[in-house]
Amino acid sequence: MCGIVGLYLKNPALESQLGKLFEPMLEAMTDRGPDSAGFALYGDEVGDGWVKLTLQATTENYDFKALIAALESKIAAPLDWFQNASAIVLKIKAEEAVVRAALGELAPTVRIMSAGKSIEILKGMGLPKEISKRFGLGSMTGSHIIGHTRMATESAVTMEGSHPFSTGADLCLVHNGSLSNHFRLRQELRREGINFDTENDTEVAAGYLAWRLQQGDSLKTALDSSLQALDGFFTFAIGTRNGFAVIRDPIACKPAILAETDDYVAMASEYQALSSLPGIEKAKVWEPVPATLYIWERGART
Amino acid sequence: MKTIDLSTASVRDLNQALHDQVKNLEEREWVVTHPNGAHNLAVGVNEAVSVDIQGHAGYYCAGMNQKASVTVHGNVGVGCAENMMSGYVRVKGSASQAAGATAHGGLLVIEGDAGARCGISMKGIDIVVGGSIGHMSCFMGQAGRLVVCGDAGDALGDSLYETRIYVKGKVESLGSDCIAKEMRAEHLEELQELLNRAGFNEKASDFKRYGSARQLYNFKVDNASAY
Repeated sequence: MCGIVGLYLKNPALESQLGKLFEPMLEAMTDRGPDSAGFALYGDEVGDGWVKLTLQATTENYDFKALIAALESKIAAPLDWFQNASAIVLKIKAEEAVVRAALGELAPTVRIMSAGKSIEILKGMGLPKEISKRFGLGSMTGSHIIGHTRMATESAVTMEGSHPFSTGADLCLVHNGSLSNHFRLRQELRREGINFDTENDTEVAAGYLAWRLQQGDSLKTALDSSLQALDGFFTFAIGTRNGFAVIRDPIACKPAILAETDDYVAMASEYQALSSLPGIEKAKVWEPVPATLYIWERGART
Repeated sequence: MKTIDLSTASVRDLNQALHDQVKNLEEREWVVTHPNGAHNLAVGVNEAVSVDIQGHAGYYCAGMNQKASVTVHGNVGVGCAENMMSGYVRVKGSASQAAGATAHGGLLVIEGDAGARCGISMKGIDIVVGGSIGHMSCFMGQAGRLVVCGDAGDALGDSLYETRIYVKGKVESLGSDCIAKEMRAEHLEELQELLNRAGFNEKASDFKRYGSARQLYNFKVDNASAY
């Protein structure tokens, strides 16, 4: 069992309250996932030629300052960064591949959680309440956010095994359910050059989507083909640079509920997680139909 | 009338109070405010009380109900009125999956839509849905009646026993051993009575009846592929 929550703001005036609105949603799903939690926040976009990465240390008191100094001497590029608990958000005017290669060399134990223009993935072990407090979720701002509370069934409870998983630039995935063909699919995807950090089944789904998107699929085509490729139970929420998407497997054992008002679209595993949202009493509330893609995106920002 | 506000009281407080008082029945009318999607509301009530839930309810609302009349002024989560024995449950909004699952008796009315597996393994309950129902509904339905004023999803009535299914709209597909059947006078009569009891302004003659072809009751090797 796991919990999924997502909040996409249609009304930009609410962007300053994104974290405040989202925090109780995440915490309401504690019963479904008490062992770890995480979220992918979208906002604070970087400009042309820049890339934003979220890095997470796997050891305590990691010296990010020294890493940044080493990175600056290795890549002569303007950069900006800030630390948030065990993670840092790094904005750098360079190619993503160049930065990844440099980080791989300088800090092989540091995990790159996300990369893109907008996305920041923060996650860790502990109750959802502890995670939101650790990273200061309540005061975060942005355009949209998806989150996950985990009750592990398929693999170890670790920071790396918690959700969301990055699936490419500004893309991420959270999952409620379990996949039964992840072992073989992981082998196949490794042969296609996709890297995996864990034995987690969701990471394989994320890797599958990343691979399809690399092959030129649209998000819709990639998700439609995942219905064929993935064997198991799933409700997925997918964060994109401009919005988010929801899809359930054809059997639909795992719950999902959607709500929409003039101000927002919200998604959760259970209605309880939506009950704290303003205007929810008058929202359109419905259950997404199995094997059907729901997607909300605003026009690409310039 | 007794009001329980779930913004201050717990679900355990509500259910315990409902169970405790039925011995003496001092309160027949109960109102639950601020349910906010909480699970297990008014579960296992076994006396003729009325419970009015003013908002959305979570999983297993009015599960195992006997005799009580429960109205939800909102949507319900998975397993509403599951294993109900008798009584009446009315959902003013829509229901999630497995509404009325395994229930033996009583009447469940859902004014909106119901999700997948509505009436799965129903054993005598009557379910009337104002909207549409999802896939695998009435799977292994043994007794009772399922009435759908909208459409039905894939594999309706798969492995059906003796539940009678009435659908007004389109059926996406029928499950194994479920077939369309003739609507005879006694069926029109029982359907009209159910629609009237549920308070839906519908004509029985607009519906089609589906039931068991009774080919899967006993194992026949010729049917192996149908299992």
